[in-house]
Amino acid sequence: MSIRKSAALLALMTVFLTGTAVSQDLAGENMKSLDGQVQEIKSDVLDIASDLRNLEERLLYPSGTQLAIFVAVEEQQDFRLDAVQIEIDGELATHHIYSFNELEALQKGGVQKAYAGNVVTGDHELRVTVIGKTDSGKDFSSTGTFAFAKGVKPKTLGVTLAEPGLGSDGIQVGDW
Amino acid sequence: MRRAPLSVLGILLVTGLASGPVLAQELKDLYFGEALYYAHQGLYFEALERLDTEVKQYDGLDEPQLDTLYYHIDAAGFSLGDFELRYRMHHRAGRAIKAVLNAAVDDVVRNDAAYRLARIHFQKNQLPEALHALQQIEGEIPDSIRDDIEFLRANVYLAEGRPEDSIEILEKLQDSDSFGGFASYNLGIAYLQSGRRQDALDKLNQAGGVVTDDPAELAIRDKSNLVAGTIHLEAEEFDSAIPYLNRVRLDGPFSNQALLSAGWANMAVNKVERAVVPWSILADREVTDRASQEAMLALPYAYGKLDVHGRAAVYYGRALDAFGVEIDKLNESIESIREGKFLAALVREEIRKDKDWVVRLRSLPEAPETYYLMDMLASHEFQTGLQNYLDLADLRRKILEWQSGFDAYDEMVEIRSDHYEPLLPEIDDEFRELDSRMRLRSEQHKMLVKRRDDLLTTPRPEFLATPEEQAILARLEQLELQSLKGGAASTELRRIQRLKGILVWRLETEYHARLSEFDQNLRNLDEVMALAQTQYDEYVRVRQASTHSYVGYEKPISRLRVHAANAVQKIDLLMARQGHVLEKVALDELTARRGRLESFGDKARFALADSYDRATQSQARAESQ
Repeated sequence: MSIRKSAALLALMTVFLTGTAVSQDLAGENMKSLDGQVQEIKSDVLDIASDLRNLEERLLYPSGTQLAIFVAVEEQQDFRLDAVQIEIDGELATHHIYSFNELEALQKGGVQKAYAGNVVTGDHELRVTVIGKTDSGKDFSSTGTFAFAKGVKPKTLGVTLAEPGLGSDGIQVGDW
Repeated sequence: MRRAPLSVLGILLVTGLASGPVLAQELKDLYFGEALYYAHQGLYFEALERLDTEVKQYDGLDEPQLDTLYYHIDAAGFSLGDFELRYRMHHRAGRAIKAVLNAAVDDVVRNDAAYRLARIHFQKNQLPEALHALQQIEGEIPDSIRDDIEFLRANVYLAEGRPEDSIEILEKLQDSDSFGGFASYNLGIAYLQSGRRQDALDKLNQAGGVVTDDPAELAIRDKSNLVAGTIHLEAEEFDSAIPYLNRVRLDGPFSNQALLSAGWANMAVNKVERAVVPWSILADREVTDRASQEAMLALPYAYGKLDVHGRAAVYYGRALDAFGVEIDKLNESIESIREGKFLAALVREEIRKDKDWVVRLRSLPEAPETYYLMDMLASHEFQTGLQNYLDLADLRRKILEWQSGFDAYDEMVEIRSDHYEPLLPEIDDEFRELDSRMRLRSEQHKMLVKRRDDLLTTPRPEFLATPEEQAILARLEQLELQSLKGGAASTELRRIQRLKGILVWRLETEYHARLSEFDQNLRNLDEVMALAQTQYDEYVRVRQASTHSYVGYEKPISRLRVHAANAVQKIDLLMARQGHVLEKVALDELTARRGRLESFGDKARFALADSYDRATQSQARAESQ
């Protein structure tokens, strides 16, 4: 069902189910006044979250050594991604098992920040292992090894995944 | 007993008020992509936090065209508005979209922005503002939203009490693929609002006869039939109401109300046997449903009318028992809410991960009977309040988690400070010495480079003499001067001049070779100097990084501590107030439902006694005959 139609159905049911109790009208007024205050506190907490994120980034990942790795799924890909493992210079950096919602978010064009950490300047090796099921339902596991250089600026790498095919393990890594 | 009034049913449908975040072009900004990743999972706080920060940073740039968000800035503005709407921050929603609207963008983008802004205003019930935004739409309109714009405009007119204006638009949308049945239904309501009853019925009849298997279309079909039936019922045109009510599906969301109304319509035209059919179905349905409870009384009432008093008595008895059980359940629910268990159950994480969480709530021990709260839970005000309460609980959880990190950050800073503070003075001393040597060498290097460049334009062979040659040349010049002053023998002077000539000859003839060698040496020196400079820069960076790793955090951390503590305090206060309102509404609802059931119970009790009497009398009459 399309989003528009789902919204319509929801509106339809909401309209039908709307109660007639008078006491709810009075409570409704109270709720409206509280709603404004809730919106204010949401705004405050978003600001705190933003400040905290900046602080954490400065404190934990200084720009000179900062490395961030993002994972995306290539467009029009229907394979099932179960897990991704990322190693940097032979050391496990992260291992993530995807929920249905996360996979759907990736397939819709979302990008996951899979890793944030620190590496020294110089040449490094990135190893990405992908585990999943192909569109036809066959299990697969593929690994790609890539070299990257870390300079004095923060380094951002994008890992783009696709279903492995002939002559390709379906993993691409690029600078962003 | 009272039938459901039309006012409950006849409200326009609003579709697609919040569209999903969509990115039409290839993603160039990872952080925008990250925000979308969270938004697609329904995690709007996380999405907003990331995108808001990203857009703020972008707004502060001197050369935004060099930033990757530049390619998506309009889409980012739209997404911010969508996320804010979905996170129920209506006050802020629209701010980012207004920015797009006011920027120098092409018609397509500006019109899209105007439409989105109008949608937000409409959802906030700011109708004049919504119309104003819609009036700003001109020029090229994206095909994908052309019908949406008109449908929204029609809805705004309808909400403003301008059905004639709405009708004009909705009539043109009748063939729209996007809206189809929804446009027909809303047109029917618009006709009704403008007093064109027959047109309204025709349109509802049309919408109620659509052949479809789409769940949303089926729901609108049922709704149209129910409204048409209710219009006839209110006008006491019972025969006309029945076909519409019979067209409502038995398994749809409107079936209970339709079954109940169909029974009353049949009763009104003395087709009592026909009233028994829908009410029998309804009386066996979920006992907490209002219509079902009403049918439990209506069914024996119909049997009574058919003079089947024995069966009527049995059904009244069943109803009485069922109402008693339900009243007990309601009493327990009321008690459970008074003990605070309703709110405690609402915020349980495992319950909310289920899409049918409201239904699952009833399975929790000591939680109130949520089926009685379904109507209330579905009302807009309660939903807003409930969602706010849940959002507040989420925010509280988040802040408590952040607060637990503050001590760790303080400790991290302290450890770094303890490590670096004793080391840095000695390192700084060494650095100062190194720095002065670096500066000296750098100046010398610059001077040599300048000399080479001068020699390229103005040859000066003596500048390329070795120190020994320079000493010899100086000595020869001194001897030459002495010979000239002292009147030395001409042979001696010639000898001096010959030696000088040999030296000058060598300098002149070897000048180019010497200049090349000088240049080569200088180039080699350049490389060494560049390496030294790199090491110097690296040192400066590391030195700065060491300071940055522990200096300047005290104030931000302490400020965050204060802000977080204040926020928790505010949230606690708001949660208490919001929770109290929710509990009160739930209690009022349950109390009202209990009152209704008690009243039904009284009626059932009297009717039961009456039915027994009549059944006994009929039996006595039968026996005497």
